Amino acid sequence: MTELTKLSAAEIAGLVAAGETSAVEVTRAHLDRIAAVDDRVHAFLHVDSDGALAAARDVDARRAAGEELGPLAGVPVAVKDVLTTKGVPTTVGSKILEGWRPPYDSTIVQRLRAAGTVMLGKTNMDEFAMGSSTEYSAYGPTRNPWDTDRIPGGSGGGSAAALAAYEAPLAIGSDTGGSIRQPGAVTGTVGAKPTYGGTSRYGLVAFSSSLDTPGPCARTVLDAALLHEAIGGHDPRDSTSIPAPVPDVVAAAKRGATGDLTGVRLGVVSEFADEGVEPGVLAAFNESVDALTKLGAEIVEVSCPHFRYALPAYYLIAPSECSSNLARFDGVRFGLRVGDDGNRSLEEVMSVTREAGFGPEVKRRIMIGTYALSSGYYDAYYGQAQKVRTLITRDFTAAFERVDALISPTTPFVAFPLGARTSDPYQMYLADLFTSPTNLYGGPGISVPCGLSGGLPVGLQVMAPTMADDRMYRVAAALETAVGTLTPPEL
Amino acid sequence: MVAISREEVAHLARLSRLAVSEEELDTFAGQLDVILQAVAQVGEVAAADIPPTSHSVPLTNVLREDVVTPGLTPEEALSGAPDAEEQRFRVPRILDEDVAS
Repeated sequence: MTELTKLSAAEIAGLVAAGETSAVEVTRAHLDRIAAVDDRVHAFLHVDSDGALAAARDVDARRAAGEELGPLAGVPVAVKDVLTTKGVPTTVGSKILEGWRPPYDSTIVQRLRAAGTVMLGKTNMDEFAMGSSTEYSAYGPTRNPWDTDRIPGGSGGGSAAALAAYEAPLAIGSDTGGSIRQPGAVTGTVGAKPTYGGTSRYGLVAFSSSLDTPGPCARTVLDAALLHEAIGGHDPRDSTSIPAPVPDVVAAAKRGATGDLTGVRLGVVSEFADEGVEPGVLAAFNESVDALTKLGAEIVEVSCPHFRYALPAYYLIAPSECSSNLARFDGVRFGLRVGDDGNRSLEEVMSVTREAGFGPEVKRRIMIGTYALSSGYYDAYYGQAQKVRTLITRDFTAAFERVDALISPTTPFVAFPLGARTSDPYQMYLADLFTSPTNLYGGPGISVPCGLSGGLPVGLQVMAPTMADDRMYRVAAALETAVGTLTPPEL
Repeated sequence: MVAISREEVAHLARLSRLAVSEEELDTFAGQLDVILQAVAQVGEVAAADIPPTSHSVPLTNVLREDVVTPGLTPEEALSGAPDAEEQRFRVPRILDEDVAS
């Protein structure tokens, strides 16, 4: 039954609901696939076989008892290791949390369970979600199933690679500057960043609290929408959660799948054209713009003059928030403690623990943030970045008065070889060039496969107004009918 | 033009409670310099009269009813602690006077 791993989540759910297969069979097929290929991909940091099979048996038992189950019941899902899972190791890709078993579930994981999905395990990521290649994981990199000498994107490279390697039909990611969308783009999968506040951060290990957004990853736009619907919505335990219903993303994905975009106005940001996009990425993007036109969309060029300052503003705001958030890793309440020899003071033990527990990229960002927030530099760096954030938001607001959604390449380059950008940290940051504006604004964005460049996947990003997540699903699903899903070579 | 010196990086490391090695300081000084020069581009934007945005969701004073809900037991709350004693987190010494001479 290995073909079960090639099906979409919607197809799997249909077969389970019809009694043509069981949740246990589906789960076994995916666990077998993980056992067969994950030594080459390394998408998973922890596979919870026993927990998955128990959850699958529970779904099958409830169905046998005649219980009405949700649209994703029995479908396996891989969860980025940034979300707490009760009793199941949660490392955030860091040595500082090695072996930690959280005493509680994140809201996202609770909702996955309530939806009857089956959690297979926890996926690899750049340490504390800081990175664009998964090479900053303390547990070794994940490899791109399209070419195992190349990166799968980051920080959620494990979730994206698990999908592309057919180890899971659904996965959860988190997006602070592009960590769902860029891995989606370079692995030929779909990744959506919901509106900030549209998905709960309760139990999401914090990196940059004003930007962090958990969201769905899948191989099809409809699957991403189904997962978005299952995990989204107000959570009283997250004070920045928006108290409004989730936009009807599933209906929008189905409407888009009719391939009709008549009356939809899409904006192409003119400033992005100057930003050093690889020729193959630009070619695939331009072909997709033609395809969207054929589907009935009207393409309008719009100017967003402050978008070119999004990356520098992002790389001040996110490190500033991180330097504050990661102060909680002090070797007292959870995680690593080293150097407690009875002679060192608390402060010395903290410093030695953090030095041993954090990797180089995390240390760089903590120090950049500490610098940007320090007196004397605050106004010129963090304060100025917050003002730029206002101007970027105004650019979006003005653009959305003229168009329904904005489109761009998701990321300027295809999957690069492992090691190509680790020696120059700023080269890695450039991966977020087109994704970071959306995070600063707070609106939703989705990456959908739009073609190949040199045999490697290219993603197109659709950006929509705040709480208009449904719009991006409609456009993405329509493009999917023209481009089709991308199939990687056999591993 | 250097944005940040090795000495300033050493100071940042102390403020950040990171006991970085001398070798790391050499590497970080160069890297942080490149990063800071790049992000300093935000200074090109004329924004003197622009209000700052700290958050994209305009919510203030989110309140809830004061109702007791289940929480963690002391055992659960302490389950990840490197050291615990009498239902408390146990920490290394805090006061310098405690140093044995």
